[in-house]
Amino acid sequence: MSKLDNMRITLRENKLAQIVLLVLFTLVTAAAVYLMERSVTAFLLLLASLLLLYYTSFTNGIKWIIALVLLLVVIPFASSGGTSYDSYMEVATQCGIYVAMALGLNIVVGFAGLLDMGFVAFFAVGAYTYGIFATDQANNFISGDLFPLSGGTFWIFILIGGFMAGIFGILLGLPVLRVKGDYLAIVTLGFGEIIRIIFNNLEKPVNITNGAMGLSSIQPPDLFGFDFTFPHQYYFIVIAILLVVIFAVRRLEHSRLGRSWKAVRENEIAAQSMGIPLIRTKLIAFAIGASFSGMMGVVFAAKQTFIDPTSFTLIESTTILVMVVLGGMGSVPGVILGASLVTILNLQVLTELTNWLNQLSMQGIIEVPNALSPSKMQRFIFGMILILVAIFRPNGLIAAKNRKIPKEVVTGGPHQHHKVPATPISAKANPE
Amino acid sequence: MFASILQTLPQVLIDGLALGAIYAVVALGYTMVYGILELINFAHGEIFMTGAFAGTSVLLLFQSMGWLGSLPAWFSYVLIIFIAMMVTGALGVGIERVAYRPLRKAPKLISLISAFGVSFVLQDLVRFIAELKTGNYIISVPQLFDGRFTLGFSSMTAMFGNATVKTNTIFIFIVAIVLMIGLDIFVNRTKWGGAMRAVAQDRETASLMSINVNKVILLTFFIGSALGGSTGVLFAQQYGTIDPYIGFILGLKAFTAAVLGGIGNIRGAMFGGVVIGVLEMFASANLGIMTGGNFGAEYKDVFAFAILIVVLIFKPEGLFGRAVKEKV
Repeated sequence: MSKLDNMRITLRENKLAQIVLLVLFTLVTAAAVYLMERSVTAFLLLLASLLLLYYTSFTNGIKWIIALVLLLVVIPFASSGGTSYDSYMEVATQCGIYVAMALGLNIVVGFAGLLDMGFVAFFAVGAYTYGIFATDQANNFISGDLFPLSGGTFWIFILIGGFMAGIFGILLGLPVLRVKGDYLAIVTLGFGEIIRIIFNNLEKPVNITNGAMGLSSIQPPDLFGFDFTFPHQYYFIVIAILLVVIFAVRRLEHSRLGRSWKAVRENEIAAQSMGIPLIRTKLIAFAIGASFSGMMGVVFAAKQTFIDPTSFTLIESTTILVMVVLGGMGSVPGVILGASLVTILNLQVLTELTNWLNQLSMQGIIEVPNALSPSKMQRFIFGMILILVAIFRPNGLIAAKNRKIPKEVVTGGPHQHHKVPATPISAKANPE
Repeated sequence: MFASILQTLPQVLIDGLALGAIYAVVALGYTMVYGILELINFAHGEIFMTGAFAGTSVLLLFQSMGWLGSLPAWFSYVLIIFIAMMVTGALGVGIERVAYRPLRKAPKLISLISAFGVSFVLQDLVRFIAELKTGNYIISVPQLFDGRFTLGFSSMTAMFGNATVKTNTIFIFIVAIVLMIGLDIFVNRTKWGGAMRAVAQDRETASLMSINVNKVILLTFFIGSALGGSTGVLFAQQYGTIDPYIGFILGLKAFTAAVLGGIGNIRGAMFGGVVIGVLEMFASANLGIMTGGNFGAEYKDVFAFAILIVVLIFKPEGLFGRAVKEKV
């Protein structure tokens, strides 16, 4: 046995060592982010402390407390050091938005096994729900010059946006009653396109979406007279919604409903014959998944203050799908990891790499053709990720685990049946 | 209203049939692969697009070498179709080998995701190559036949307007019909075609009957992709501009055609293609007239996707397909 293995085992058993390592890592990376002018690497490493936290062997409660401290105190504080505070926070906010959407899609694809290729449509529904009423656009079809609504309504619109997206989710879900598998993917794809075309053209007969021009100067949210304008302020809104979403997803996953989703995913006919109402189960999956996306759509519209149909194309749907597949379908921590990785790859790594290559070619060191600039190769990279994950790691980076109950508890005799522990013990304590 | 619709009807029919022929041949690729693997080859639209680019790049090469004037136009046309077929056929085989074969026993969802991956990779690869060579990924295609003539429908009755036909359109009809008849004969009359039908029926049993299943699947991918590639050339010649993203939406519509005719059914795919093409042209010409200018031609895609959704919901086996009983 090598030294490395020895170290690994000590680390796994010694919680003190884990906490020391975690604190050291966080401190070093946070200091790096705070002190260096603009270092993407340092910021990435700081975010990686959350991943490190996931692999520690603390109880869930402690993990959550540490995670909250990291998210609410350490990360905002560390990135406030330099001039690029808002660009860090922008990335973190986008991350949060995508994580929530990916968690929504994960319910549909990962839990219920229904491949939805038009998921961004719900995001669009949420964004337009707020966008239309928070600009003077709504005056075109509602008389009385009531609009734009004040930024205070943003908080209600988070719910309304989620609700509207949920309704669209059920609408899209209706074909699911008859169609499945590959056909479902195509139907949802077509549905996504239809929604995009409609948003793109709904300026006549009644101007509802302002067509391809998009909606501009959307009201920023305000809370008791405090206007939200900077990315670091949206960061806290997103984190708050995200916490609700994660909490909801985790509770749902192990609820009766969550287990029905997984049963439907594994074998529809068997699930049905065990008394699971197929239609209702699938429709709820669509509605809940969609509503997460709709909520984030409202936040997105408020944050950008401008929306147009180009933000809601097929490539966006695919991006969210890549997040779910890369992270691991059906695995909540996996999807969070996947969404963060893909967003950061998209927003930071590719743009930085492009800038760097541009600089190099301007200085005449190497000649990189413009066609190859990394930010343009997005589809190629996503496509490769999809193929490679499908072939080599179909369960994603962090594979989904089902809760397991130790055999002796189940077979221990009838009198022990009610003693099944409330917090289940996973069979393998620490997967490698 | 009806008068103006009737006026444009001949033109709509001819354009619709040309588009429909293209859809039909692309739909054959979907149908063949689905028939044999029960997998929707999502990358098929991109194979079509690659065919368009392969043919066009050969044409551009001829042009730059000055051969274009010296060769007869029909010969260049046949030549670029042939080259595009070989390129896309090989591409289809490669895709099967790399992205689908390792997943043959995996769950459907996984191979579907891999198919999406292939489609995105192809889009960006072609975009990259085109942009590198020409500086722009939207390519305008040199036309081999630029003649056009008028069909005098108005001399029959004054209700109809005249229709203009590109010489290209005639070529599309000829090529599409030759390909479809050729495929029909191949599948129904030859030994390899028989093997394909056998594998489509039951892969296990076919392999027991000393049919090399892997070879048959590769052959299916080759033929299906070659058909898609050849239509790419037809499309490029008919419409004059191509870009790396044409394949996706067109593939979706061709898939609609395949589903409408009953997926897995070759003659159904041909019929579905023509129906979708004519309907789409009709919608793009007349939606504005019928709704008083409120909803214009930009909604024609909504029309096609709505057909897709309606067919999938109410008659998923298509017009000519047989309903599949689910095995428990």
